[in-house]
Amino acid sequence: MLFEKLDLELPGGLITCLLGPSGVGKTSLLRLIAGLAHGAKGSVADHRATPVAGRIAYMAQQDLLLPWCSVLNNVLLGARLRGEATTGAIEARARELLARVRLADSALARPAQLSGGMRQRAALARTLMEQRPIVLMDEPFSGLDAITRYEIQALAARLLAGRTVLLVTHDPLEALRLGHRVQVMSGRPARLDAALEPPGEPPRDPADPALLTHQAELLKRLAQAREAP
Amino acid sequence: MSLLRPVIILLALAGLWQAVVWISDAPAYILPGPARVAAMLAARWPELLEHGALTLAEIVLGLVLGTLLGTTSALIIAWFRPARHWLMPVLVVSQAIPVFALAPILVLWLGYGMASKVAMATLIIYFPVTAAFFDGLRRTEPGWLDLARTMGGSRSSILRHIRIPAALPALTSGLRVATAVAPIGAVVGEWVGSSGGLGYLMLQANARMQIDLMFAALFVLGVFAVGLYYAVDWALRRALPWQADDAGPTD
Repeated sequence: MLFEKLDLELPGGLITCLLGPSGVGKTSLLRLIAGLAHGAKGSVADHRATPVAGRIAYMAQQDLLLPWCSVLNNVLLGARLRGEATTGAIEARARELLARVRLADSALARPAQLSGGMRQRAALARTLMEQRPIVLMDEPFSGLDAITRYEIQALAARLLAGRTVLLVTHDPLEALRLGHRVQVMSGRPARLDAALEPPGEPPRDPADPALLTHQAELLKRLAQAREAP
Repeated sequence: MSLLRPVIILLALAGLWQAVVWISDAPAYILPGPARVAAMLAARWPELLEHGALTLAEIVLGLVLGTLLGTTSALIIAWFRPARHWLMPVLVVSQAIPVFALAPILVLWLGYGMASKVAMATLIIYFPVTAAFFDGLRRTEPGWLDLARTMGGSRSSILRHIRIPAALPALTSGLRVATAVAPIGAVVGEWVGSSGGLGYLMLQANARMQIDLMFAALFVLGVFAVGLYYAVDWALRRALPWQADDAGPTD
């Protein structure tokens, strides 16, 4: 039994980061919320008790860009899948998002021509294109090198402002840079601890001493989480 | 160099062939030398070309029909889950029965003309095309499907925008195999009963002990088959430029 009477609350408009040892069920929880996994009883609803299905955008660790489509068409994938028009205003918005993730010049390139960081930025643009109030992210930046990750974190924090985000990560520093709230999941069935709430608005400066204090606390919690039954 | 290489290989093979002729001292009606075959090619090329064109037409028509049938079948099997249990055995049977065994029946039903040969070529490529495409449709990257579901894609739009394009590289492998085996179907069909084509010409030449003509026909068939293969391969690469380069005959 992975979960039993587990409650996770995501405050609206804030970024919640979820950490925990491998295999504790972070990804499974994310998939349950996204409606991609079955076999669990439970409900995902907003504060008015309305189900959130159809209001969620999902970003995975792999960029999941379609290799046969240009970057622009990848960003327009959701519109094409729903049979919406992909010209005019929609295309203009896609191009504007690409400009905001600094990919304006690569709009017509194929994903294979891009670097790992560029690909993940394209995936970020595709996620934002969906205009969903809730964004679920599963270790979206873990495949990138440190500097690229640092840059894309700042970009993501700015672009995701105002949306309700659940970000699964195994990088404590990433969680503290990006999260309004940071929670550690542990044990089986899984439990959640009280949220750490670092001061200031994301993206936070990693040189901030307060952040380093929190990082020490977070590492301690993660070590305990690994020992948890 | 890349153009020179096939020429060198051809010359080396012809040299080896001539050497076998000299050493074995075989009479020309058993094993004619390359020079005799070349002379035959030069003397009777209009006739060879005419029969070759007929065989090529049968192969190409068989390829087109077999590809249409095969891709349609694969789509049906992939779309309707229950159809899988009904159509899969049919597919396996279509592969298990040697097409050669069906040739006389096809000639009986469809006559001595092109139709029976086209049907043979179609049948022989039906399984590789269907199996390859179905396999591709079944093995879509799960992450893409998850993403498409969260985006609100319907089953048919996911098939159209994700599963089919994702299966195209697998289909092209099937088409390469199909292009290589389709000539077998056409020529076997011509052997069983026909009034034209390279297979017919070879049988006639064989019966009259014109082994040099037989070899000439074989040469034309080989050139056409290889040419067709490379043409199809080139077209497939052009059609799917995003596909990894490691899926071709050049590696």
